[in-house]
Amino acid sequence: MLGAWKARWGMGRMNYMVPPGLYALGKPTASDPVVVTANYKMSYDIVRRALVGRNIWLLVLETYGINVWCAAGKGTFGTGELVRRVTSSKLAEVVSHRRLLLPILGAPGVSAHEVAQQTGFNVSYAAIRAAELPAYLDNGMVTTPAMRELTFNFYERLVLIPVELVGALKSVAVIGGVFLLLSAILGDPAAGVLVCCAYLGACLAGIVAGPLLLPWLPGRSFALKGAVAGLLWSGLFCQLAGGESRNSLVTAAVFLCLPAVSAFFALNFTGCSPFTSRSGVKKEMRIALPVMGGALLFGLVLLLAASFF
Amino acid sequence: MKDVATLKLDQAVCIGCGRCLEVCPHQVFSLAEKKASIRDRDACMECGACALNCPVKAIAVDAGVGCAEGLINEWLQERKLLKPGGGNCCS
Repeated sequence: MLGAWKARWGMGRMNYMVPPGLYALGKPTASDPVVVTANYKMSYDIVRRALVGRNIWLLVLETYGINVWCAAGKGTFGTGELVRRVTSSKLAEVVSHRRLLLPILGAPGVSAHEVAQQTGFNVSYAAIRAAELPAYLDNGMVTTPAMRELTFNFYERLVLIPVELVGALKSVAVIGGVFLLLSAILGDPAAGVLVCCAYLGACLAGIVAGPLLLPWLPGRSFALKGAVAGLLWSGLFCQLAGGESRNSLVTAAVFLCLPAVSAFFALNFTGCSPFTSRSGVKKEMRIALPVMGGALLFGLVLLLAASFF
Repeated sequence: MKDVATLKLDQAVCIGCGRCLEVCPHQVFSLAEKKASIRDRDACMECGACALNCPVKAIAVDAGVGCAEGLINEWLQERKLLKPGGGNCCS
């Protein structure tokens, strides 16, 4: 449990794995089902927990500690590895049936007909979530529309935020440090603190607010949603930092730079989402990255100009 | 996003096995009279599961890592600015 919490916060998540191979849950016999999963410990634990009290053979594939979905995309939760594991564990001698139960999200890496050809085992894509496995097993192994439904609700988005925060921590701290240093050198450390706060707020708008408010922010592009969150923060920041005393160049700079920062972080959230397509993200990046870069640059130029007045 | 998916289905080759419906996380396909068809192309996230699991290769799609970080890593590797396999999970 602690391990899972730590992994959600990015601590040791690249090493959170179990050895691949055939595991026995309960006391399975030759006629009991075979469920296949990845060797990312979080995946493994979720499947085990879902199947508590049942007798199941659990075939764990070597995905180098990566979860099913990402490993399938990379090919490690794949045909080759599945065939290898079935063979090396001598599964055909352990069970009398010829059926493998796979997660639907493993399908991007596994070719069912190839597996059948090479091992004699038929692949059934049981469900999206491991939690549905008991119902699947009890209803005669039929995948219902509900079991096929992929969600990305508030809670599911929420749990992905800590790892994104921790991942961004280093670069954000460095950039923040640079602002403080520069402002100290230029003799106005208070301004540096203000810039830091503005910057941190923009980061949080992109890393936290963007994902949480995802369905309610406008547009299909994550970068755009992030920019809107950034704009909202810019408005808030200007209010908090003393609206009237800011000159218009600085205000313009704020409204250009901060949304650019938020947009960048929100764009990164596409990696956590099971809804964005490769072509869509490519298109988004081709447009969004130059726009962000331009906005940031222009904003910084304005800031520089403002310091001369 | 609208209209960006590279998904293509060759109905002439399709044998109506239904695997594409089984593996698609977004119900992009439908099956009628032993032929599959694309019912919601914009929902496609190009994961590639359908193309990989079609026994007659009736489906084609430009699949691969689809996260911004992964694409940036790919772009950097193409321009030899980053070693392949460097970085973390999305490389």
